[in-house]
Amino acid sequence: MSIHGRVLAVNGPLVTCEVGEGLDILQNEVAYVICENIPLKSEVIRIRGRQVDLQVFESTVGLQVGDRVDFSGNLLSVTLGPGMLGKIYDGLQNPLNELENVQGFFLKRGQYLPSLDEQKLWDFKPTLKEGVLVKAGQYIGEVAEGLFTHPIMVPLELLGSWRVKSIKEAGGYTVTDTIALLEGADSQGGGDVAVKLKQEWPVKRPMRIYKERLLPDTQLLTQCRLIDIFFPLAEGGTACVPGPFGAGKTVLQQIISRYAQTDIVIIVACGERAGEVVETIREFPELLDPKTGKSLMDRTIIICNTSSMPVAAREASIYTGVTLGEYYRQLGLKVLLLADSTSRWAQALRETSARLEEIPGEEAFPAYLESRIAAVYERAGKVKLFNDGIGSLTMIGTVSPAGGNFEEPVTQNTLKVVGAFHGLSRTRSDQRRYPAIDPLISWSLYLGQMKASLNSRAENWVDLVQQAHNLIFAGREVHQMMLVVGEEGIGLEDLVLYLKSEIIDAVCLQQDSFDDVDQASSRERQISDFLLLMEMVNHTFEFASKEAAKARMTHMQNLFFQLKYCPFGGEKYKKYRSEIEAILDQKGVV
Amino acid sequence: MIMEHSCINRIQGDIIAVPAEGIKYGELATVKSRSGLSLAQVIRLRGNDVFLQVFAGARGVSTGDTVRFLGHPMQVSFGNALLGRIFNGSGEPIHNGPTLNSLPKMSIGGPSVNPVKRVIPRGFIETRVPMVDLFNPLVESQKLPIFAAAGEPYNELLARIGMRANADVVILGGIGLKYDEYLKFRSAFENAGVISRTIMFVHTASDPVVERLLVPDMALAVAEQFGIQGKRVLVLLTDMTAFADALKEIAISMDQVPSNLGYPGSLYSDLASRYEKAVDFDGAGSITILAVTSMPGDDVTHPVPDNTGYITEGQFYLRKGVIEPFGSLSRLKQLVIGKVTRSDHGSIMNSMIRLFARSREVEQKLAMGFDKTPDDERFLKYGKLFYERFMDLRVDLGINEALDLGWKTLSECFRPDEVEIKQEFIDKFWPR
Repeated sequence: MSIHGRVLAVNGPLVTCEVGEGLDILQNEVAYVICENIPLKSEVIRIRGRQVDLQVFESTVGLQVGDRVDFSGNLLSVTLGPGMLGKIYDGLQNPLNELENVQGFFLKRGQYLPSLDEQKLWDFKPTLKEGVLVKAGQYIGEVAEGLFTHPIMVPLELLGSWRVKSIKEAGGYTVTDTIALLEGADSQGGGDVAVKLKQEWPVKRPMRIYKERLLPDTQLLTQCRLIDIFFPLAEGGTACVPGPFGAGKTVLQQIISRYAQTDIVIIVACGERAGEVVETIREFPELLDPKTGKSLMDRTIIICNTSSMPVAAREASIYTGVTLGEYYRQLGLKVLLLADSTSRWAQALRETSARLEEIPGEEAFPAYLESRIAAVYERAGKVKLFNDGIGSLTMIGTVSPAGGNFEEPVTQNTLKVVGAFHGLSRTRSDQRRYPAIDPLISWSLYLGQMKASLNSRAENWVDLVQQAHNLIFAGREVHQMMLVVGEEGIGLEDLVLYLKSEIIDAVCLQQDSFDDVDQASSRERQISDFLLLMEMVNHTFEFASKEAAKARMTHMQNLFFQLKYCPFGGEKYKKYRSEIEAILDQKGVV
Repeated sequence: MIMEHSCINRIQGDIIAVPAEGIKYGELATVKSRSGLSLAQVIRLRGNDVFLQVFAGARGVSTGDTVRFLGHPMQVSFGNALLGRIFNGSGEPIHNGPTLNSLPKMSIGGPSVNPVKRVIPRGFIETRVPMVDLFNPLVESQKLPIFAAAGEPYNELLARIGMRANADVVILGGIGLKYDEYLKFRSAFENAGVISRTIMFVHTASDPVVERLLVPDMALAVAEQFGIQGKRVLVLLTDMTAFADALKEIAISMDQVPSNLGYPGSLYSDLASRYEKAVDFDGAGSITILAVTSMPGDDVTHPVPDNTGYITEGQFYLRKGVIEPFGSLSRLKQLVIGKVTRSDHGSIMNSMIRLFARSREVEQKLAMGFDKTPDDERFLKYGKLFYERFMDLRVDLGINEALDLGWKTLSECFRPDEVEIKQEFIDKFWPR
């Protein structure tokens, strides 16, 4: 028996409706507001007596007092199953490509299509027999999906033990076909449960169906030197990338989404420019994943709620992305979630909070901003599944602080909960030193946490990185001094130190995202080039004068510079490398 | 059925409330008061109370005045007959001409474009302003603001671009425009003979504040329709800070909690939903937006320019009457440079900017009292030529002429081995 209500008040996307006495209304349940005969999806966000506040995910123009509201009794959920890879969804998991066929240029409201293709036949193979005892999340069969074998799980929502009553034979099934029946094996009993290829999960509830959560201690390679060497990311870790506009957040995200060494990449474009999403949508299908040789789109899901789409759906889009990520983690895969940008998400919270007339906190953000941010980032992690498989969900969230000032609430509350901070600075981007991650303010807890596995790159790797990092700080101090007293005022030793730090900056920190060779740096190359660089740093140069020092070190910098643009291991690469080595071999003489 | 209501029970700022039933959210109404007839829009429903923002302002509205609901949201006429016409802030044609009642009407502020129906921008819009074309070219479907402090000639720049840009339709949205500025725009377009491809929506500073909110929506709704018909539309908006200030005023009258300097928390979304109308349709035309955002106190971290910077695809800084070469940025420029424009564009652009940066350094050095070297002389000469030939806003040059002049300028000041340009371009383009 479904529950109805009537609209009482409309204030932008916030609609208040009245329901009958004693009815059962669920917090965060989905309701449909019937506006000019079109059902608009909405979510219950507050209940006060018989008055229920809904945030509507669409434009509410045309709504009248007295219009009907249908409550669905279900929490806001996403559909999970084979066929999600390569899709472009809106914040509520509507497939945008299919909407295109139905609606033309514009997104009309009130159209909700199934998230998965319900016609497509999947080649299902059972891996369990009848009579076996199973639990939520256990694999009972599999389908082949592009690059992966996609295991089919016992519905994740089920509690207790269940027995496989029947299971279909291998063959072609659609996502809506029942492929197995389960019966309760515990005392609580209950009716039979049908298992399909697809299942639902409420987006705001974390998926905690695993044996244990592990400490993130393995590196996630992004092929961006500055991140991988100085501020590494861990599989299952979290990172925050704040930066003022124009500092290169978007390019950095695009490069990471292309070259990160993971199985699945989920991009959540949350309240950002549509143009940026378009580049991804149009370019990814043509780019090949070097690891698999298949199109990058085959491992990518895009969730796209651009800045002009309704605000309430923007709040949902991050949760949708995280839930999809958790699902693939259950399948034992490495997932990377890029959320751009969490500030827009926080602003959506702020808009709703203001309409609810809640008492505002700092900069009018709601008081619960901190706990909401923490709850989202805590859903990332590396886990050991019940079948002892390992899955991980890594999350990188960009933040767009107002005025480029990192002291604002969203940045500060995010920094409290993440493991790495890649702060982009205007100073570096103005100097065209890209990626503009500022080595003077950024940090990564994973450098210490992953020490053991990082040191497998080379002996004392972490110490070397620390040394290089310190040199950058020292070089910066010398530079400051030079600005005051001029080059004449500093000693030769300080000058050499400064020149060395500039070489590290130019050839290791800076990376050209538009150059075919330099845009991605493999693990082997990072190790080999960095060790050579550190050999140069630890080499004792002896110069007769400052002019000689500048000339020789500029020559050295140029050699390293040319080296980074040569394909790894090629003829030219070897040539430049041996030139550098020759200089370093002749002690003290350049 | 059209009903009249005459029991206004609340007037606050430009918001009035009237008890009525069966009213739709977003619906349009007229308010008849002693100061005349004004349009109003429903912005909130609460039980039987309907809240309206009165476009002409609530001043002069009395509690006994009548409100008449029209049953549809704000609409604007559309058709080729709009070309060459001028409208006021509520969409009424001004300056004579036939009425447009026979044209079809469309709602403004429509839904957003499906991202999968967009294409990667690839068209170059030539503006004949070298600082734009040569160093930060405008790309079709781009949204670019001009950040400028009060007193900068931003409207002249906009008028210049509106006159010269190679677009099919140019739509000007004037928000809080000084009446003189409006006259200047009009005479500029008329004198240049481009008024027939121009549509102007003009809200002047003396018009009611609430009408400011309508101007970008009307301009963009019309632009969208031309875009769907395959036209390349350029929308010029000035000044978006006045638009944001109107948002602020309404939000405060509605008792909304302000977030930053009194602006509502939704400022980003409100600006974005306008700027995001810029689009390159897959298989149809395009909409390009060039907007002025005046910076109060020349402060780029002020909420309006700050939020705008996150939304738009780059920005121009107008300082001391010229477009600043440093800081100005067109994020989409690499999509057209050397691809649509001549192959030497990328190299000469970078080289010229780099050398100009050096010439600024030399100026600073000399200002600090250091000695002048012969090299410094050359850089100073280059800086002077650069200013005269490229930065001066009066310069009117096509892109290829500007490129040639760039080569000429370099060759007058430097040797080919000093400019860091690939040899193949030097061989081909260096003047002998």
